[in-house]
Amino acid sequence: MLKAFLKTFVGSIYDLLPIVLVIGFFQFAVLQQPLPNLVEILIGSLFVLIGLTLFVQGLEMGLFPIGETLAYAFAKKGSLAWLLLFAFALGFGTTVAEPALIAVAHEAARVAAEGGVIDATEHARADYAFGLRLTVALSVGCAIFIGVLRIVRGWPIQYLIIGGYLGVIIMTFFAPQEIIGIAYDSGGVTTGTVTVPLVAALGVGLASSIRGRNPMIDGFGLIAIASLTPIIFVMAYGMIR
Amino acid sequence: MGQELLQTFFATITDVLPIACIIVGFQSLVIRRPIAHPSRVGLGFFYVLVGLTFFLQGLEMAFFPIGKLMAQQLTAPEFITGLQQTSHAMKRVDWSQYYWVYVFALAIGFSTTIAEPSLLAVALKAQQVSGGVIGAWGLRIAVAIGVAMGVALGSFRIITGSPLHWYIMVGYGIVIIQTFFAPRMIIPLAYDSGGVTTSIVTVPLVAALGLGLASTVPGRNPVVDGFGLIAFASLFPIITVLAYAQISTWWAKP
Repeated sequence: MLKAFLKTFVGSIYDLLPIVLVIGFFQFAVLQQPLPNLVEILIGSLFVLIGLTLFVQGLEMGLFPIGETLAYAFAKKGSLAWLLLFAFALGFGTTVAEPALIAVAHEAARVAAEGGVIDATEHARADYAFGLRLTVALSVGCAIFIGVLRIVRGWPIQYLIIGGYLGVIIMTFFAPQEIIGIAYDSGGVTTGTVTVPLVAALGVGLASSIRGRNPMIDGFGLIAIASLTPIIFVMAYGMIR
Repeated sequence: MGQELLQTFFATITDVLPIACIIVGFQSLVIRRPIAHPSRVGLGFFYVLVGLTFFLQGLEMAFFPIGKLMAQQLTAPEFITGLQQTSHAMKRVDWSQYYWVYVFALAIGFSTTIAEPSLLAVALKAQQVSGGVIGAWGLRIAVAIGVAMGVALGSFRIITGSPLHWYIMVGYGIVIIQTFFAPRMIIPLAYDSGGVTTSIVTVPLVAALGLGLASTVPGRNPVVDGFGLIAFASLFPIITVLAYAQISTWWAKP
């Protein structure tokens, strides 16, 4: 146990080294300034190392096993309807409370108010931000739903993704100018640090428990769909509003 | 400091709570079978919670303030044109004068991606599933190079003020062409790597760079041009991971 911790801790040092070197180089060689409050930076770095070590340990002990166990249990139960309902709930539930999304939604509401798309009142902005959050959460719910259905049926991912990209390109010409940047960005921010490992384990677990599926070819791809659908849904939201 | 740590801990709990509720709900109502090794899994979840708390708090203390300050300083007109000619050089700045910004964009894109926990998780899973054919480090470096290129090109776009969607469309076009030639096994993973890279370490620092550029480059509007860097950072890793797989296949052929 302790040995595993130490090994992960050493691994975390390597993970963190590049960022330390980059910040050090720019601070001393380019900007030529001393580091402000060195003690705080040292304590913070130690925190980051401890945090990353614990996270990786927890990943192997909790998140990966639970994702796989759920996948096996659903495959054994054999009810596609329950599996799909679970998939939607997982996507929707994990996204609607995502802090990064809440921040982006507020920013987007500010932009929309400045652009004159909505009234510049507190109420209209909160309304717009909440609508956007629901839209993105709905889109991620749909994404996990479609992605799980794809694993069960064995559809090749590239047709879904390329079709989705073409949809994004066509919609870009019709969507209002100020929503496009937000829509493109929202695809990147939706998948959080707890959701990603869980969803990856679920997909791989499903693909390895269904006969005829390959965990490499069919197991991955859920996150890709979950970063594509928000772009489409947010642009649609901008067009309808 | 203890109070801040506690605050971050509660914020992380609210982040994890919906997931836990959905899992427990389906486990007890639909599957109706006990989880294997419940105490081990519970401890694992606790580690994830505490780990993320320390990780986020540590980032807030050590890297975010200085990284954000750096993004501001490097994009400031005084730094770009030199102190002596600030007043009249403000009006027109050539894109090539921003060389330190591009180097910073490359470096910060690469290094934050290596530290990104979600990418680490997916890379570990891919290494395990592929039986070691796809190495966790190889994948992470390929993704990090993609993010570095994406953030650098995204900075160039903000500085020159060219429209976002043309870049994105050309990028998608490259991905579509690559998909026809890449080994089938890598395609889903490559698509996934676009979404996982932009998370808790990368987004705050890259967004600070984008906002810094959009508010200091003459003629840019932060509300229109500030967005879009994240989109670049999640598109380019797909291209580099597909290229990485393609190059390794060619390499293996006699």
